[in-house]
Amino acid sequence: MGKASKRKRKVSGPSTAKGPVKSAMAMVKSNPFEVKVNRQKFNILGRKTKNDVGLPGVSRSKAIKKRTQTLLKEYKEREKTNVFKDKRFGEYNTKISPEEKMIRRFTLERQQNYGKKSIYNLNEDEELTHYGQSLAEIEKLNDIVDSDSDTEERGTLSAELTSAHFGGGGGLLRKKAPSGQQDEEEEKPKSRKELIEEMIAKSKQEKQERQTRRESALELTEKLDKDWKEIQTLIAHKTPKSERKDKEVEKPKPDEYDMIVRELGFEMKAKPSERLKTEEELAKEEQARLQKLEADRLRRMRGIDEQENKKKPSHVSADDLADGFILDKDDRHLLSYKDGKINIENEEEEEKQDEEEDGKEDDENEEESEEESNEDEEDVAADSHSDLESDLESEEEAAGNTEQKKHKTNENESQNVEELDPKTEAAKSELPYIFAVPESYETFKSLLAGRTIEQQLIIVERIQKCNHPSLAVGNKAKLEKLFGFLLEYIGELAILDLPELRTIDRLVMPLYNLCQMFPEAASDSIKFILRDAAHDMEEVIEVRGRATFPGLDMLIYLKITSLLFPTSDFWHPVVTPAFMYMSQLLTKCRITSLQDVIKGLFICCLFLEYVSLSRRFVPELINFLLGVLHISLPKKQAQGYTVVHPFTPAGKNSELLFVCDKKDLESWQKEKLPLSIVNKLKETSRTEMNHIRLSCLALCFDLIKKCTALYESLPSFHEIMHPVRILLTQHVPVNEYPEKLQEWYHSALKELESKVKHYTPLICEKRKPVPLKQYTPKIMKVLEFGRKQGGSKQEQERKQLIHKHKRELKGAIREIRKDNQFLARMQLSEIMERDAARKRKVKELLGSLSTQEGEWKALKRKKGKN
Amino acid sequence: MPTASSSSWSCWRCGTGMGPGPGGLWGCAGGVRAAARPFLMDVLFQGQEEEEDILCAGRACSRLFGALLERRELFVGPLPPEEASLAGEHSAEDKYKIWMRHRYKECVDCLAELMAHEAFQVKELSLCTLMKFVELEARYPLIKVEWKGSLTFPRDLLKVVVDGLLPLNEDASLLISRFQEYMEYDDIRYFVIRAVTESIGQVMQKTKERPLPFYQQNVFSLISPINMPNKESDMVKFLVKQDNWEELKVSKLQAHKQAFEKMWLSFLKHKLPTGLYKKVLVILHDSILPYMNEPTLMIDFLTLAYGIGGAISLLALNGLFILIHQHNLEYPDFYKKLYSLLDPSVYHVKYRARFFHLLDLFLSSSHLPAYLVAAFIKRLSRLALTAPPEALLMVIPFICNLFRRHPSCKVLVHRPNGPEDISEDPYIMEEEEPSKSRALESSLWEIQTLQSHYHPEVAKAAAILNQSLSEMEDDISGLLELSAYELFDKEVKKKVTDVPLEFEQVRGLFGKKNDVFAEHFSLD
Repeated sequence: MGKASKRKRKVSGPSTAKGPVKSAMAMVKSNPFEVKVNRQKFNILGRKTKNDVGLPGVSRSKAIKKRTQTLLKEYKEREKTNVFKDKRFGEYNTKISPEEKMIRRFTLERQQNYGKKSIYNLNEDEELTHYGQSLAEIEKLNDIVDSDSDTEERGTLSAELTSAHFGGGGGLLRKKAPSGQQDEEEEKPKSRKELIEEMIAKSKQEKQERQTRRESALELTEKLDKDWKEIQTLIAHKTPKSERKDKEVEKPKPDEYDMIVRELGFEMKAKPSERLKTEEELAKEEQARLQKLEADRLRRMRGIDEQENKKKPSHVSADDLADGFILDKDDRHLLSYKDGKINIENEEEEEKQDEEEDGKEDDENEEESEEESNEDEEDVAADSHSDLESDLESEEEAAGNTEQKKHKTNENESQNVEELDPKTEAAKSELPYIFAVPESYETFKSLLAGRTIEQQLIIVERIQKCNHPSLAVGNKAKLEKLFGFLLEYIGELAILDLPELRTIDRLVMPLYNLCQMFPEAASDSIKFILRDAAHDMEEVIEVRGRATFPGLDMLIYLKITSLLFPTSDFWHPVVTPAFMYMSQLLTKCRITSLQDVIKGLFICCLFLEYVSLSRRFVPELINFLLGVLHISLPKKQAQGYTVVHPFTPAGKNSELLFVCDKKDLESWQKEKLPLSIVNKLKETSRTEMNHIRLSCLALCFDLIKKCTALYESLPSFHEIMHPVRILLTQHVPVNEYPEKLQEWYHSALKELESKVKHYTPLICEKRKPVPLKQYTPKIMKVLEFGRKQGGSKQEQERKQLIHKHKRELKGAIREIRKDNQFLARMQLSEIMERDAARKRKVKELLGSLSTQEGEWKALKRKKGKN
Repeated sequence: MPTASSSSWSCWRCGTGMGPGPGGLWGCAGGVRAAARPFLMDVLFQGQEEEEDILCAGRACSRLFGALLERRELFVGPLPPEEASLAGEHSAEDKYKIWMRHRYKECVDCLAELMAHEAFQVKELSLCTLMKFVELEARYPLIKVEWKGSLTFPRDLLKVVVDGLLPLNEDASLLISRFQEYMEYDDIRYFVIRAVTESIGQVMQKTKERPLPFYQQNVFSLISPINMPNKESDMVKFLVKQDNWEELKVSKLQAHKQAFEKMWLSFLKHKLPTGLYKKVLVILHDSILPYMNEPTLMIDFLTLAYGIGGAISLLALNGLFILIHQHNLEYPDFYKKLYSLLDPSVYHVKYRARFFHLLDLFLSSSHLPAYLVAAFIKRLSRLALTAPPEALLMVIPFICNLFRRHPSCKVLVHRPNGPEDISEDPYIMEEEEPSKSRALESSLWEIQTLQSHYHPEVAKAAAILNQSLSEMEDDISGLLELSAYELFDKEVKKKVTDVPLEFEQVRGLFGKKNDVFAEHFSLD
């Protein structure tokens, strides 16, 4: 019972308390004496004032109330361990409305009482009710009032009735209002979103309607046109003779002159074009262009003012839409007027032409020539083709004849652009003219599978042409993919047992073109390949502690990188990683076979090519060449040099390039190293192996010579070359080498010896004088008021956090202090109360005692008297 | 006796049949008692049996003798010879105990032999069984306690185990790693340490100076993971505690340390294979030296290692440093030796980070003479001409730091009134003595060379020396462990806005002007 009563009190407590508080708050707010205004001395523009008006009394009372609810409770229960648990259903659950809460509680109670309390009490059935009243009650018939005539409501009026009768109409209104509100409430939460959606839907609908209207109008007009045409023909058929005659009569025969004038007028105006340039001018222009590009390259090489010029790469015009559409020519047009209008159409036309011309001027030429004279073409093409074939055969023989080769490759190029090769005409007739860009690498490969080199080239070129980015929107992405496919294809060709290097050689051209169109995509895909390779190598190193050289494909990729990107830049997104990768190859990879040596030398060549313009210093290159020389020596001499990592001074592979067979030495001829042996060293005889070794050595000598030429300007050139020189002069058994090799050796040594030693002491750059501190005020742009300026973003963030922390700390300290004060106050009041009680009791006791005493004395006196 | 053997057979074959309950055990033990030569021993001894059989027999033995030990049914005290005891005037109970003790001894012997079995499972089982015996014997000692202080720990048995763990011509690292769990007990560790010391003495005595790679490797893998306690209070985990615990040496950290020290010294006294040398030196400074009573005793070993050269010298440096720094070791010509350690491999070895960390420490004193620091700077930068970029990125700030610490060395980068033209670098690379290397007369042309290094970061770092240096030292601790792959990754991940392209038209793979490849390679 006690508990129940407590509960009830609790339930009723807050609801009764709330009302007055709220009203009090309202009163307080309206009471000017409660409001404290923080007067500002100066009005500062842009400063937000948060605490200019406060209600100290209210906030204080609020704080005190909160403390009495929490802190005081805790304080009072500080030594009590038993806890009061409120198990009432949903008492603290605010989500449930009180009505529902009550209902749930009721059902719970019913459920609890549902089972029979005692199974033996058969009478305790469920009570039967009628209209909520127990039937038993009704049966008792103690409802006397029932017989009364007019009181169906039994004296109590239902709420509806009362409100309808006495509510003064307000009731109805009230009733309506909530329902309206409810509707609104239903709408409200989704209002904003829905509004926008509705708007969108509406506009869409409108658009569609407009379109349908337009379409219908169009249809109607078309129909009208058709009808009209039908009618016109009728009219035309009918009228011609009579009318023509009339016309002829009316119109005098046009003058010859007029005719010509008209014709001239209607004739397409010849576009004003630049005059044909003379060869000199063309050469000059080309030179100027190259010079500009070269200057650009130099600037990038030095790595200066990168930021400044970053915004204007030489080959992209300012109006570039970044659609990969590049114009070789300057595509700005002079503003020209035609009949008082700006000549825009003309421009457009020109642009179109440019597009066509772009990247395939040859193609146009060829088309024109195709129209003009087929026979001529055939001859030429045949010529060039035969030339090509002989070229293929003769390439091996003609060593070092670069000029001739250049010429030939030029021809190759023009030839492969010219699709009208009569010899391949038959085969080509099978090739479709339009290719879609393959979606996956597999389809791309199947496209090229089984085709000759020429056909493959043509296919790639057609894919490129059919899907030029200016033709359709998605083409750019497609062609970017094509670049990746081509790269992958090349890699696959390279790792075959018999690598199809000729094909790769030719495929480089479309690759270059694609790269020119999409530099970003190209750099991404090459970087991806590099990253994969480097990652693989790192994994191998982690597992086995050493790495092996990669396959020919990576070598080819690295070579292609040097073809596509300028390798002389100070920093380049693709070339720098490639440098790093090559450096790792030369320092981390174990050299265990002749193939490894060849691969290493290939990478040395790559390094040399990469730095040929920038003349950057590559320690790995010299180290490797030294190592190669080292492994060509028999191991017995004392050394005056040290070899570094991949090479060891002595060990299993330290005589890998050593040749001692006299016969082989004599029979050696300088030959180019075929790259295919990198993939698979054929079963070759010892002699051939030895020849390869000697070729490697010759290559090494040549590379040393080239390095010497490259690095002679470095201040510590002699220190760099010192070990190589020692090896060359003291250890290499020159006299045993064949004459040819001796030549190589001597040329290298001569180059090395010819450099003079020259040192100048270093002097630091002069430091700029530090300017004296000025007292003129520093003027800064204020971007946002109220926020501390200066510092980087991080610094600002840090400051902000420090500020926040400080504020929180202050707040917390203040709270704690107030808590303590509150507690102290409570304790004091407790003590006072206790003291007061004691005093009162003492007083009472004393009083009673004194009365006793008084009585006793009175009694005594009485006795005395008596 | 077929019945006996069959009964025991069924017992150990089914494994579970013989519970720890007294009835089953008695039956079994009775069976064994009756047999002259128990079947189990046969199985264990012959060794050619199926692996499975050996395993089962081993398990059965473990249980059987374990139970016997627990019941104290084995003879305690010095064991009389079998025949004599059987014939002699012992009581029947004693005779049984003596006989049982002999069987136990046989069993231990077989298990010790089985530790050299080829199957790992058998090895593991015999190891575990023996260790179980060790534990039980320690608890129920078979040694008679003659006076109060005597130690009852089964040292001989543990020695048998340790000998089994250290075969002469086989790598037992797997078994040793299995054994490591027992090493957590402080007393077992202590006795193992002593047993190992003994074993090393015996084995190496025989072989004289010839190194035994397998044996030494095994010893190393057994003793290198030893975790010595730091404080006496840490020593709480003991297998057994005798009554007179406090008086025994086992309870003293000092004794532990002494044993530990003795073991390492006896191990390192002999010539080690090169790989092992490196491994020892790697762990020397933080798992050996701190637990020795007298770390200075390591000086012989360290000086020897320091003199070997190459990577071993680099590693020995760490231990030497601790001795010099914390134990007042005087090392004559330390810097000269350090100077001679610098050779091109410094930038390529695995221990580069550790070496440069120490070098930084050694050269951090501002009281070093300028000529010495200059010689170091010059030599480091000369060697940098062959270094990979990741090492360069570390060594250039390193050199900058040296300049900051020793401003008198700045003549190396700034010599305003020097001679205009020199035909030779005054610095002598080959000179061993830093004071005679004439480094102070030279200039740092090497760093100037590195300003045109192909790696942009290196070139930038080298260009710093052109300007006058800032006051603050660079923190190189983050650069010490830089790897080539990290560098590569950093480059690849850089965000780019535009990619410059080659403007020269391609004419084929080797189609460039003056292409080196066209000259030497063919596309076949």
